[in-house]
Amino acid sequence: MGILSMDILSGDGPRSRVLAVILVAILVALAFAPFLFPGSRALETAARICIFIVLVASYDLLLGYGGIVSFAHTMFFGLGAYGVALATVHLGRGWDALVIGTLAGTVLAVVVAFVIALFSLRVRAIFFAMITLAVASAVAVLVSQLSWLTGGEDGMNLTIPRELTPAFKPIDGKVFGTTINGRVLNYYLVFLSCLALFLILLRVVNSPFGRVLLAIRENAFRAEAIGYKVVLYRTAATCLSAAVAALAGALYAIWLRYVGPGTTLSMEIMIDILLMVVIGGMGTIWGAVIGATLFTLAQSYLQDLMSKAAEATAGLPLIPDLLNPDRWLLWLGVLFILSVYFFPSGIVGRLRARG
Amino acid sequence: MMSDNAPVHAPTLVRPNLLARMEPWVPALLVPVLVVMGFLAIPNTPSWLTLTVNGLAMGMMIFVIASGMTLVFGLMDVINFGHGAFISFGAFVGVSVLLALGGLTASPSLALNLVALMAAVIGAMLVTGGLGWAFERVIVRPVYGAHLKQILVTMGGLIVAEQLIYVIWGPHEVFILRPEALKGAVTFAGAALEKYRLVAVGFGLVVFLAMRWVLQGTKIGLIVRAGVENREMVQALGYRIQLVFIGVFVAGSALAGLGGVMWALYQELITAHMGNEIMILVFIVVIIGGLGSVEGAFIGALLVGLLQNYTAYLEPKLALVSNIALMVAILMWRPQGMMPVIKVK
Repeated sequence: MGILSMDILSGDGPRSRVLAVILVAILVALAFAPFLFPGSRALETAARICIFIVLVASYDLLLGYGGIVSFAHTMFFGLGAYGVALATVHLGRGWDALVIGTLAGTVLAVVVAFVIALFSLRVRAIFFAMITLAVASAVAVLVSQLSWLTGGEDGMNLTIPRELTPAFKPIDGKVFGTTINGRVLNYYLVFLSCLALFLILLRVVNSPFGRVLLAIRENAFRAEAIGYKVVLYRTAATCLSAAVAALAGALYAIWLRYVGPGTTLSMEIMIDILLMVVIGGMGTIWGAVIGATLFTLAQSYLQDLMSKAAEATAGLPLIPDLLNPDRWLLWLGVLFILSVYFFPSGIVGRLRARG
Repeated sequence: MMSDNAPVHAPTLVRPNLLARMEPWVPALLVPVLVVMGFLAIPNTPSWLTLTVNGLAMGMMIFVIASGMTLVFGLMDVINFGHGAFISFGAFVGVSVLLALGGLTASPSLALNLVALMAAVIGAMLVTGGLGWAFERVIVRPVYGAHLKQILVTMGGLIVAEQLIYVIWGPHEVFILRPEALKGAVTFAGAALEKYRLVAVGFGLVVFLAMRWVLQGTKIGLIVRAGVENREMVQALGYRIQLVFIGVFVAGSALAGLGGVMWALYQELITAHMGNEIMILVFIVVIIGGLGSVEGAFIGALLVGLLQNYTAYLEPKLALVSNIALMVAILMWRPQGMMPVIKVK
């Protein structure tokens, strides 16, 4: 790796040969996904991975670096998504609506994050977990009830610029066997935005600001004694992480051309994020890449495997129920507990320890 | 003479003014204040009476659930996000017992109904108590003193427990009818008061008084209260605080199971994630009550239950939001909660 590449990575490389190979493989796969994996299901999975990498990385800024547990990350994700959706509904189809909606959602997310942080972090970080859980649930309930504004449980469909829809064909014929249409352009919008956001986050955690966060995580009392205002730093981390989550939410809404409580605000997604962070590795932004990729792939393909296993054991008592693909969260929960105990640094930490 | 040179020492007891003397009781006064505000806001008196009883019933159930959690936190600095799993488990076990004893619940005799109800409550409390013991051994013990890991691990425990309910009882919600004698309502001053809710209020009050008696009037209660204030000191005096803690954890889990049964009969419908939904209110109660405080949790639970019912009547969409607003207001007034027992850092 040259000096330039380390600059882009903010001097925080993978620091493990195996990890580096895996990360490059993921980057290449995502960068050329429309050409490498034809078919809409694969492209959906790739876009989901990109967005969740950013979402999980922004969550890791709070959890892994700040040492704060938040259950409101999906709320910020949702604020971004609903921001874009509402803007396209009221301002009509156009790029300006996308930009205004994204900005509005992000600003709102930062304001909400600031207020929550002010109330809870002032007293004790542990309040934060409980308060964010309560606020996020209230917002989720509110969004599903205010159907005149948000479409309720049904959600809303977005009208995005024609250039981003499958109907738009900039060039005739195929490139490497793939038709270039608006969907592919939309994917690259998602991919490049996510790459930029990820690099920004990598920059943030390796900046002096990130170092102070680490110090606070290790010993908040000592950090305060040295002269860093703990509440200020934690509040800033919360706001920053909320902003990035909202941007990821906006991208997700633009990609899906749909937003609803199930895709952005649900507790299931919050649990997914937690699992991704812990399995990938807390306190390393790279863990987000591994965690999100592995988890999303597992979500798409592991359930098929489980249903096969359930069929194979159909005659036995209880075991088919445990292997039912709907019960896969059971096994992830067990895996989650075991990883918190035995691999708190996750897959990335393990690989780095091996060198 | 010496006494001539000495300054005149005439101590007078300054009686603190009324406001200062009222201060510790302000939180308790909030409940009647809220009831009066409800009376003023709701034009229809019978509706107000019905809502007040509903609110008190709901508050009592939330208190039963929250009391164990706040004590566990106070005693061992353990925050248990998996508490909701005990609510769901308690509800499912209790409802299974009630369904199995269908003959008893369907008979119009109150005595037979109560036998079935007691069997359900005892069954649920035994199972959730045992579950709490296992939860403490397997999930919580390895992460003492590390809040971050506690939150994560107990959240993981919650996921696993919820999924186990699906495995055991299947993915569908279960409907349950109240025992025959507890169905229907009594009319009082023009207001229809559901019998079951009146029973729930009485039952919750009994639990609160029993808990107060255990905590204030017995030796084990003394050790628990002392442990909440200063764990090391109690240890130094020769008590095995670890055993006390396990006892409190198991009792707290059993109470959550009891709350689950009560809630199941209140809603007449149970789901695996009902515990998680109730926990949102429980967290609000624990925070506004002050961590570690049983009295604070009691007052907080009544406030939350009443406010939830009043707002649900006046503006249904804002019910949960109003409780968040209540939490924000109380944290602005007392950042540590209404009656903090332990100084949270």
